[in-house]
Amino acid sequence: MPGVHRDRVKGGGPRRSPQRVIQLVSAVVLNGYMAGFRKGTIFTGSSKAVCVPVLNCYSCPGALGACPIGALQAAAGGVKHHFPFYVLGLLTLFGVVLGRLACGLLCPFGLVQDLLHHIPVPKMTVPPALDRPARWLKYGILLVFVLLLPAFVSGITPPYFCEYICPAGTLGGGVPLLLTNPPLRELAGALFTWKALVLAAVVLLSMLVHRPFCRYLCPLGAFYALFQRFSFYQMSLERDKCVDCKRCEKACPMAVEVTKQINSAECIRCGRCKYVCPTGAIKSGF
Amino acid sequence: MKHKQILMARYGLLGLGAALTVIGLLRQEQLEVLQKAVRICLECIGIG
Repeated sequence: MPGVHRDRVKGGGPRRSPQRVIQLVSAVVLNGYMAGFRKGTIFTGSSKAVCVPVLNCYSCPGALGACPIGALQAAAGGVKHHFPFYVLGLLTLFGVVLGRLACGLLCPFGLVQDLLHHIPVPKMTVPPALDRPARWLKYGILLVFVLLLPAFVSGITPPYFCEYICPAGTLGGGVPLLLTNPPLRELAGALFTWKALVLAAVVLLSMLVHRPFCRYLCPLGAFYALFQRFSFYQMSLERDKCVDCKRCEKACPMAVEVTKQINSAECIRCGRCKYVCPTGAIKSGF
Repeated sequence: MKHKQILMARYGLLGLGAALTVIGLLRQEQLEVLQKAVRICLECIGIG
């Protein structure tokens, strides 16, 4: 790049991102009940009264907290069908403080997709004509499956998103429990086959496209996206330092136009753009 | 959106989130979350 020499640029130049370390630590901390994996059971301690800020199935044998999307559906669709003050309150706090930072740094299923994308198969660029409308699907899933169906279908309703869509539940909960718990394994039928197919599709897509579940399907990402403009944690671009090399956009797993919309609702705040920027033009923080 | 409006929204949402959480805790909704989370969710794992 003419006029830009990495060694001479102060505060800039590609650096190693701590994202992977943070993701791994988060996955281990959120799923630290190792005995559950051995015994084919789940943790039943009082920490499960607390919702974690990511999509982490509470039926994962290791899960130490509650999945907020599962908890939201249980409150809205349970015996009392009540407004979920506690879960919505926690989600609002997570959203307004972090925006989608939890997606980029803390979510174990995000980590799974990132690792799958490293598998050396040809990568696909989703055409904008398909990509742009498809991004709205996750908002529809949030509204219909997570909020409206549990709230307005009469009687005790199942968690529709968890039951028919969530691949994180299948991978984190279904697979390890069915492997280690023979009575549960005998109960698996058509529903498990469907969920396994959904998981397989997301796994396959993740090898071709970066973070397809986060882009198109995740209702929690959709919820946090609503807070992106207002959150305490923000990304920023110093335009006088930007040399328009587009390395940030090439590195972005969510195909965000970083130089045009650095705090896009689609940004998962993983920080990759920051670490590949040769001039240190991208900053993030509270 | 002006910076001042964004700041107001930010702190307003923070207050709203805190208020909702406190109301939920007073209604003991965390116990409902706990009761759900300590049982294997058959729907979540694909058994239904």
